[in-house]
Amino acid sequence: MSAAGVATKQPEAVNYLNVDNSIKSWLLTEDHKRIGILYLVTISLMFLVGGIFAMLIRLELLTPAGDVVMSDTYNKMFTMHGVIMIFFFLIPSIPAVLGNFCLPIMIGARDVAFPRLNLASWYVFTLGATLGVTALVLGGVDTGWTFYTPYSSSFSHTPVIIAVSGAFVAGFASIFTGLNFIVTIHKMRAPGMTWFRLPLFVWGQYATSLIMVLGTPVIAITLLLVAVERGLRIGVFDPALGGDPVLFQHLFWFYSHPAVYIMILPGMGVMSELIATFSRKRIFGYEFVAYSSLAIAVLSFVVWGHHMFVSGQSMYLGMVFSVLTTLVAIPSAVKIFNWAVTMHKGHVKLDSPMLYALSFIGLFTIGGLTGLFLAAMAVDIHLHDTYFVVAHFHYVMVGGAIVAFLGALHYWWPKMTGRMYPEPWAKLSALIVFIGFNLTFFPQFILGYLGMPRRYHSYPDEWQTLNVLSSAGASILASGFILVAVYLLWSLRYGAKAPANPWDATGLEWKTPSPPPPTNFTQRPIITEEAYNYPIVLAKNGEPDEAVKQEEAEKHEHA
Amino acid sequence: MRLPFANIPIWPEGASKAAFEMDLLYLVIVGLTVFFCIIVFGLVIYFVAKYYAGSKADRSNPTFHNMPLELAWSLIPLALGLFVFGWAAKLFVEMQAPIQSENALNIYVVGKQWMWQMQHPTGQRENNELHIPVGRSVKLTLISQDVIHSFYVPAFRTKTDVVPGRYRTLWFEPTKVGKYHLFCAEFCGTKHAEMTGWVYVLSPEDYEKWLQDNRWGMGDEGVTVAQAGQALYEQLQCSSCHAPEQRIGPPLTGLYGSTRTLSDGRRVVADYDYLRQAILDPQAVTVSGHEPIMPPYRGQLTEQEVIQLIEFIKTLSAPEAPPVAEAEQSDDSGGNG
Amino acid sequence: MSTHEGDLHVGHQFEDAEQQLDSYSAGMWLFLVTEVLFFGGLFLAYIIYRTRYTEAFVAAHHELDWQLGGLNTVILITSSLTMALGVRAAVLNRMKAVLGWLGLTFLCAGGFMVVKYIEYSAKFEHHLFPGPNFEFHHAGIDPGQAQMFFNLYFAMTGLHGAHVLIGMITMIILVIRLWVMRKQRIDFIPIELTGLYWHFVDLVWIFLFPLFYLVGGN
Repeated sequence: MSAAGVATKQPEAVNYLNVDNSIKSWLLTEDHKRIGILYLVTISLMFLVGGIFAMLIRLELLTPAGDVVMSDTYNKMFTMHGVIMIFFFLIPSIPAVLGNFCLPIMIGARDVAFPRLNLASWYVFTLGATLGVTALVLGGVDTGWTFYTPYSSSFSHTPVIIAVSGAFVAGFASIFTGLNFIVTIHKMRAPGMTWFRLPLFVWGQYATSLIMVLGTPVIAITLLLVAVERGLRIGVFDPALGGDPVLFQHLFWFYSHPAVYIMILPGMGVMSELIATFSRKRIFGYEFVAYSSLAIAVLSFVVWGHHMFVSGQSMYLGMVFSVLTTLVAIPSAVKIFNWAVTMHKGHVKLDSPMLYALSFIGLFTIGGLTGLFLAAMAVDIHLHDTYFVVAHFHYVMVGGAIVAFLGALHYWWPKMTGRMYPEPWAKLSALIVFIGFNLTFFPQFILGYLGMPRRYHSYPDEWQTLNVLSSAGASILASGFILVAVYLLWSLRYGAKAPANPWDATGLEWKTPSPPPPTNFTQRPIITEEAYNYPIVLAKNGEPDEAVKQEEAEKHEHA
Repeated sequence: MRLPFANIPIWPEGASKAAFEMDLLYLVIVGLTVFFCIIVFGLVIYFVAKYYAGSKADRSNPTFHNMPLELAWSLIPLALGLFVFGWAAKLFVEMQAPIQSENALNIYVVGKQWMWQMQHPTGQRENNELHIPVGRSVKLTLISQDVIHSFYVPAFRTKTDVVPGRYRTLWFEPTKVGKYHLFCAEFCGTKHAEMTGWVYVLSPEDYEKWLQDNRWGMGDEGVTVAQAGQALYEQLQCSSCHAPEQRIGPPLTGLYGSTRTLSDGRRVVADYDYLRQAILDPQAVTVSGHEPIMPPYRGQLTEQEVIQLIEFIKTLSAPEAPPVAEAEQSDDSGGNG
Repeated sequence: MSTHEGDLHVGHQFEDAEQQLDSYSAGMWLFLVTEVLFFGGLFLAYIIYRTRYTEAFVAAHHELDWQLGGLNTVILITSSLTMALGVRAAVLNRMKAVLGWLGLTFLCAGGFMVVKYIEYSAKFEHHLFPGPNFEFHHAGIDPGQAQMFFNLYFAMTGLHGAHVLIGMITMIILVIRLWVMRKQRIDFIPIELTGLYWHFVDLVWIFLFPLFYLVGGN
């Protein structure tokens, strides 16, 4: 089952990277693998910009007084941090990079259903990101990434229309990607690849794509209306013009809540791959994990009002949202338990991707459970718009989604680049990221219950120690991220050549060379086995059972 | 509450009736969180250690499905979650619903970029500070002059968004004398982080003294909000249409709280929001049987002034009601209610 | 539906023409679902404000000319018919018929836009475009509420009009492609997909017309 490694003495085979080195071949590529790399470059640049803002924010918060930057500047910093990280990093991240790269290979296809639409999505995304950077260069926007009206539509003196245009345009990239993935998964699976033989990463991408396609148009129209109100002074959300500010909140959160599941579902898909590989065992409760992805996607659309418990919405409506929010937590819990139990009677290895996977389980559990505090209506009265919320969403978005992204990047790096990164450095940075992350964000739960509001650059003196701890953690976290970038880039030139299957994993992507040839497969694969069909070793003393091994080998020959 | 070393605060002071139950609920959820974390982390660490590749653990007959287990770890968290939901919903309802008390203090709050303006019905005014007596229910009626703000007192564990165009109500009952932070908790522009203040909860005697020392307006007695409203009413000559004998505008006696029929057939209750709209955008709520000729006052009155007019209109109950001057002056009766 | 494979171009990612057609159709339907949500937000706003400002909306709608609106409805329905006939001709590989039907559809769309232009000009003249120059003088009606009617009218018919324009541009591109590739068998897929899009555009209008022009009776 596992492919032999590629011998380094042979001349380099033709792969998707070296088949044509011209810039034109990259900018006009229809190859999903190259498009994944293009996205990786763009979103990494955006992460750098967003990350710099994060460091500046934590720098300001070292002291209780607002003394590093002016109030308006600080307001722009947290806004740009949020806008860039959400719209231009997290939403595309795993789907546009790893989804694009791996999805067609995993289902046994040569490419996605609409390769030119795929390329178009990258150009559209880059255009949106450029608009966002333009808003930044023109001084930055100060409304918060949530663009609440009427401040954003009638009061702010910053380039709001350009910023919302950037998000509007990037939204279309999201819709194109989601549409492409849904059609690809439905129509382009190789013979024998039934739905329940798909890797769970594919299920995760499918659920994510449903949300992308159904939710994004609503944010598009909402931001369009904000721009119309601001530019043409037509009242939609500003009460002074006859509009309703709470209507904006309903429309905004109708997308933005499902959006957070766009950010976490792909990461959960990655988790299934990593845990299966590094336990050498099929995921426990495969169907439950698959269905829970769909359940999360569906339920994500009916919980948006939990952002609005104190907005003045009817308390009966609030109760409906509160109970549904409690419900949406269950499929996530189901996944965590299934992943944990997968390791039972497996062969666990702690390679760096697995370290990220275990970090995810820890940090996402905390992040998800702290969501329960906010779903509880009465407790949310106290915690809404405090640092508790900030801590909660960073635990799930950084501790969850970004950690999953890093795990995925490390796991598929050999496949994508044909190089191995230095494992000791990778383990070290996984540890640095874990420690730095917790030091940064755990004190913020305490600050939140103490009452420190969000978006404050100055605060009462007695909260300084906790803020200093958080800022110290941020520097550690940043150095972890920088270290990852350094050795990954280093590996492109000096890393050991990667074999086809460095992790001895199942899955179609590991049956192709590293890096894969342009059309992925020389021959269309025919699937006859379940996903994650690692051989079962049946021996009480933990030693391989020769009789079983023989049986497995025979089964393989006849497949 | 602080950690003994390094003087790090870890728990806020609780000074309202709701704070105790909220803190209890919070700690229960913390307990549940810790419990599930121990289970998950414990399982993971145990499995990683025991089943590390090459270890001599028994790996025979591994399982890949277990329906009872799936049901258990779906339904038990669901049950616990619903328990938390129910308790929190109940507490939420209690915090929103008017606390039964004829003694309740009614205070108006106008939020604007970037300050809080409080108006006591007896006329006292404060900026960014709120003085209230301990042990008595307080009802805040809040509105914004411009963008969305949020009135947040961590010690009371309570907050509400303060929006332009509609009044909001916030109820609480302080239980401890002291000085507590007031924050704006919804981003509102440049000085959002400076839109802070203090709530002073005073003993009843200190509160009386404060009332005496902080009257607003001319004369020894000071001017109440309703009296200010009456002065404004006369200055704007509202009676030229609304005095009963004029028969032009609908009469205002007994208006507050009554049900009116509008010209498009809708029936509305004349509450705060209705009265505010009737003053600022009268064409939108023309009363049945009257001409839509009242000029709109949008842009000509501040939210403070609208509140004053509404307070005045509230005093215009049945024609036999005692005159305004006596009814609203509570400085003699003080906090006795 | 009968297909002529022969020298029909099949993308490298597809195994055969059937998978290609299947995929393109699925993609287009999915795109139309997103369009439903896109317009849906505006329809929701319409429902909310219509319920709140009933009287103002009824008064405001009298400013619209239901006869012109009705004419546009007939024009669009006709164009859907010509479009469907064009798709059928493409499947049957009849170049002249395709060009003819597409041309007629384009003319209908153009006619729609001309009528729209007439309507919009009248609104501008009567100061009914929302903004600082808006005027609405009806006894007992709040001009602010009436303006909301026109906000929604221009937003929704404007967005719809933009979609009609996009459809017209697409038709031009289709015709150019057909001419450039006239020696080959007609690739009917783009025409069929455009047909789906066009029927959707028609359907949106069929909802807009009664909601704006016929609400509350005449």
